Amino acid sequence: MAGKSLITIKGVKDGLVFLLDDKCGFHELIQELKAMLDKHEQQFAGPIVHVDVKLGSRQIGKREESLLRKTFRRQGNLVVRSIRSDVPDHKDADPARELCRMSGIVRSGQTVECRGSLLLIGDVNPGGIVRTTGDIYVLGALRGIAHAGCEGDERAIIAASLMKPMQLRIAGVVSRPPEEWASEDPWMEYAYLEEGTMKVDKLSRLSRFRKDVMQFKGV
Amino acid sequence: MGEAIVITSGKGGVGKTTTSANLGTALALLGKKVCMVDTDIGLRNLDVVMGLENRIIYDLIDVAEGRCRLNQAMIKDKRFDDLYLIPAAQTKDKNDITPEQVRNIVNSLKPDFDYVIIDCPAGIEQGFRNAIAGADKAIVVTTPDNSAVRDADRVIGLLEKTHIGTPKLIINRIRPHLVKSGDMLSVDEICQVLAVDLLGIVPDDEHVIKAASAGEPTVMNPSSRASIAYRNIARRIIGETVPLQQLNEKTGVFGRFKKFLGMG
Repeated sequence: MAGKSLITIKGVKDGLVFLLDDKCGFHELIQELKAMLDKHEQQFAGPIVHVDVKLGSRQIGKREESLLRKTFRRQGNLVVRSIRSDVPDHKDADPARELCRMSGIVRSGQTVECRGSLLLIGDVNPGGIVRTTGDIYVLGALRGIAHAGCEGDERAIIAASLMKPMQLRIAGVVSRPPEEWASEDPWMEYAYLEEGTMKVDKLSRLSRFRKDVMQFKGV
Repeated sequence: MGEAIVITSGKGGVGKTTTSANLGTALALLGKKVCMVDTDIGLRNLDVVMGLENRIIYDLIDVAEGRCRLNQAMIKDKRFDDLYLIPAAQTKDKNDITPEQVRNIVNSLKPDFDYVIIDCPAGIEQGFRNAIAGADKAIVVTTPDNSAVRDADRVIGLLEKTHIGTPKLIINRIRPHLVKSGDMLSVDEICQVLAVDLLGIVPDDEHVIKAASAGEPTVMNPSSRASIAYRNIARRIIGETVPLQQLNEKTGVFGRFKKFLGMG
């Protein structure tokens, strides 16, 4: 394992705190944890020690949690007292990042609103509005108005197969193409905020702006 | 049991009434029994376009309020025996009739006719709700303008939420030379945005204006391009497969000769 270790251990008054990296793959993390526990077997031996696990911004499900607990159990005297993520569940992870899927055409005068992010398979016609608290992905032509991050999330993005919007809004920023930017390019694009200004880029470059949209790691 | 078709558009002035008159007449030309119903209460026009205004005694509101029987309000066309018109009232307005009353009238017409053509007023308010109440199918008329396409899109959205479902589209008043030069929306561009089935395209034609002022539907004049377009649309309505009309300007003598030889 090159570079910085994925796991940092801190001693506190009544036990140990394990700070786990939140950017790497979960499987990788478990392997590293196993290796570390095996390596320091001697140091950890002794009386019962309480362990607090901090996951950073990583969110885990039940299966991952039990795997994590099982790994700690290899070392008889380590008792996991808590497993915590930094991000409170309700604020960021739950509704705002949830993807709602929809298909059909949003026609003039129609409004689609949802909490979280929206995957729309179909077009948004001129005069149609889509509004979400998270991101907007349009698999089709975006010719109407799209408002992403409508509760103030400036990291939200708007992506479309064909970007010909009447207006784009992200959080509180409104942009009117083609006065402010024009795109004649045939590839899929996404709009994002950079220091309060709307920018448009090729969708394939999304991973540079937002690392957490899709966590795909090549095998 | 006949079929009730509402002709609507959202925007005014795109040719709903002209389309209703011509499709009604074209269907009668094909031997169908047709009744046209004008639901544009307060601004009736269909009778004028058909040249039947001087024959009106009772109207749609009279039928709805029980002042006359349904067949008393039906005006027989002067050209066809199987073509009838129920005119709108000129002195009332859209709120004087309810969608249920229109539905009842249309439903009592359907057993006696092959087609009931309902001419819808502009707008999406009460008049629109009245007109679509009794219809089984809808035809949306638009012209190649951004504003008309926008309104057609709105109306399609509204129709999709009702019992009628997705309507069919007629693009009216196309000027081929403006489309060619890129100054007018093309048929493909409109179909891409609206994403509904295209029933037909009608070129802009002076004959339509001449015919309307004479109180005679264009479709009676077989040499007009718009007339051929309306006849084709009528044939598609009754289920025939007719290819879309070519929009190119009139071909010269040589072109016609080539066409005659089956080369064009």
